[in-house]
Amino acid sequence: MLRGSGVSLGLRGLVERTVSSALSCGQAATSSRPLSTATTEAEVGEQQRTRKINFFTAINDALNVSLEEDEKTLVFGEDVSFGGVFRCTSGLLEKHGGERVFNTPLCEQGILGFAVGAAAMGYKPVVEIQFADYIFPAFDQIVNEAAKYRYRSGGQFSCGGLTVRTPCGAVGHGGHYHSQSPEAFFMHSPGLKVVMPSRPRDAKGLLLSSIRDDNPVIFFEPKIMYRTSVEEVPYGDFTVPLGEAAVVREGSDITLVGWGSQVGVLRQAAEECEQEGISCEVIDLRTILPWDVEAITKSVTKTGRLLVSHEAPLTAGVGAEIVSTVSKECFLSLESPPTRVCGADTPFPLVWEPFYLPRQAKVVAEIKESLNF
Amino acid sequence: MTATARAFGMVGLRWLAGCRAFGSPALGLLDPPAASSSGRRALASSAAGGEGGDQGSEFYQFRDRKIPFVPELTIHKPSDEIAIPCFRVLDDAGNSVHGDSGEYEVEEPLARKMYETMVRLQTLDTLFYEAQRQGRFSFYMTCFGEEATVIGSAAGLEHADHVFAQYREHGLLLWRGQTLQEFADQCYGNHRDYNKGRQMPIHYGRKDMNVQTISSPLCTQLPQAAGAAYANKLAGYEGITVTYFGEGAASEGDFHAAMNFASTLSCPVLFFCRNNGWAISTPSDEQYTGDGIAGRGQAYGMPAIRVDGMDALAMYHATKAARQYIVENQSPVILEAMSYRTSHHSTSDDSSRYREISEMKAWKARDPVSRFQVWLEGKGWWTESEESELRAEARKEVMKVLDLAERERKRPLRDMVTDVYDEVPQHLERQYEEIKAFALKNKALFPNDTPIE
Repeated sequence: MLRGSGVSLGLRGLVERTVSSALSCGQAATSSRPLSTATTEAEVGEQQRTRKINFFTAINDALNVSLEEDEKTLVFGEDVSFGGVFRCTSGLLEKHGGERVFNTPLCEQGILGFAVGAAAMGYKPVVEIQFADYIFPAFDQIVNEAAKYRYRSGGQFSCGGLTVRTPCGAVGHGGHYHSQSPEAFFMHSPGLKVVMPSRPRDAKGLLLSSIRDDNPVIFFEPKIMYRTSVEEVPYGDFTVPLGEAAVVREGSDITLVGWGSQVGVLRQAAEECEQEGISCEVIDLRTILPWDVEAITKSVTKTGRLLVSHEAPLTAGVGAEIVSTVSKECFLSLESPPTRVCGADTPFPLVWEPFYLPRQAKVVAEIKESLNF
Repeated sequence: MTATARAFGMVGLRWLAGCRAFGSPALGLLDPPAASSSGRRALASSAAGGEGGDQGSEFYQFRDRKIPFVPELTIHKPSDEIAIPCFRVLDDAGNSVHGDSGEYEVEEPLARKMYETMVRLQTLDTLFYEAQRQGRFSFYMTCFGEEATVIGSAAGLEHADHVFAQYREHGLLLWRGQTLQEFADQCYGNHRDYNKGRQMPIHYGRKDMNVQTISSPLCTQLPQAAGAAYANKLAGYEGITVTYFGEGAASEGDFHAAMNFASTLSCPVLFFCRNNGWAISTPSDEQYTGDGIAGRGQAYGMPAIRVDGMDALAMYHATKAARQYIVENQSPVILEAMSYRTSHHSTSDDSSRYREISEMKAWKARDPVSRFQVWLEGKGWWTESEESELRAEARKEVMKVLDLAERERKRPLRDMVTDVYDEVPQHLERQYEEIKAFALKNKALFPNDTPIE
């Protein structure tokens, strides 16, 4: 396999240092602050020429790299041929042909079943489920089939080449069925990896890692960021390791953990708090399963406080798992009860979205509660 | 059909009577109109014009179809006639409907191998079933009544053909060379089981035999087979993909998904339906209406064959013909084997509670193995003494493998956490250490045939 594409190998050494720009969603770059150790190593080692692109272009770029480097990569799903409803697959059919980039009938369970079979034959299907809200007809194929394929066969067979891309999250007008963030359902399924990037750079790097990873990966793309989030992203081959969180802002009073577009909300809350003399450490979890326990516990041991925030409903959300683990691992370091700022336990409520969402002001209020405990 | 009639299993009897009338001696694939099964549509031409109606023209040009306009308003009812007849070679008595012409027969070595495998399969099923009833392992499923369906089709396929099976096709593994010992090892879940003891009995899988591991959820293997076929077609692989399923499973959404994907994406896959009349207690005519499972081929633009599943010769030739069509056209075929589940659904089922003994007896009279035996003896290729010798030898061997499998230890505790991922992740490593430490301190709570370290 061609791990390093011609572009990245050829340009290594003569590139300028990657400097990310501030993002409209608040995913500002953090080049002035160190990332977590492993991330720093991985990313510094891949210093490459960059270009300023948005989130969907970063996804498109990763797909293009994979289609170029490995003839076993396939890209398919509903409306993929013309570029996808969010433009993530645009131009791929023209470059790589209709046998490897193609439309399927409108049927999520079919897309997943078809992908599991192709992966079992050694292919790397990267499939698109048009909205995460519509992934549920494929739930059986993901949870009962893909997740168990290797285990149930005693390691004889695997569908590890499978990657499922799906847009998620609130956009302001999506209502029940164009807003959900169902990551917790998949976190509860051993055998899967679950990823949600928060910025274009990670979107590209994590997607390439997901495609190359020899396990089925559910890759959530916060759709509000497709066009609004823009930053410098390396050309060519560029990966960000799975399973490693990133400290996107260092602080000493409280640890804020989020993923996807919520990282931007947490960063803004941290900035607001800074003006009042509260120092927040913000961690972007990036991979939800398996999640980086060490990065979180290390931070909470330092700060003594934890706030986890996600758009998905509170009850049995990913935050519950993190709070529970941290409560046990960091019990003696805690200054206040770990807390969550999340979506309510309702179907995603159209006209009440501003009340439902874990917005900056709610996060700030909860940070102050925690500090005043 | 009244509810009472259903409850007493009269459905099956009526159906059996209907079957007496079958007997289409010529094997033919019913091809749908050519336009729908022609390879993948060129994407560049997807915007081709001509859409929309024009009352002045003779046809409604809709995409690549010309639909004739008519002035009469008609509700097109489905035909009451059976549209797809049932191909057979042997009649109920075991005589070829082609007489002495030799048509649709097989050579002696293949015929003997097919018969011997069916007998060994019957013996395997009989004794494994009894072993389960004695509590020696947890679960079992037989394929009584469907031996010819499975062995006839297995013989008509190539070893290179990838198989995505349901659960009642273990005869195919026997055909491909799985030893009786390996069957027993899986059912006991001992350390030699290829699945490492992770699945219930009969969930076999063999990478070296191109047979994907069975999973219990019904019909999930169908879209997978379509995807595998698509991938193998891209790779230029020599074999086709075949997927087996029951007529009950064909009610699942995955059936529709698979048929539609396979035909629109032109996948070289054989959809092999074992219509054995029963999905646990639900008779097939509570499962679907219309012309059965093969009848759905037309709607999906997919060629179809219907075969007497209790006729090993017909099964062999139908499978071979379907396979050849798939190889030549690189597109799918659906085959429906009409059969009868003579056995209970599983060891957890008592079918006398929902169907009449007389029905089961009537079907047993058409037993596929004895029908084939009659034909074989008629050819002078099989004798009574060979029969008793084979059955005695098979019985002895099956008893032996059960005893041997029973004595073997299980895989070590470590294999509880391997293969969940390609590598054991940290959180699972921690959980394993906790489970192991607890087990070592409390050995009396755990089975002693599972090594902890």
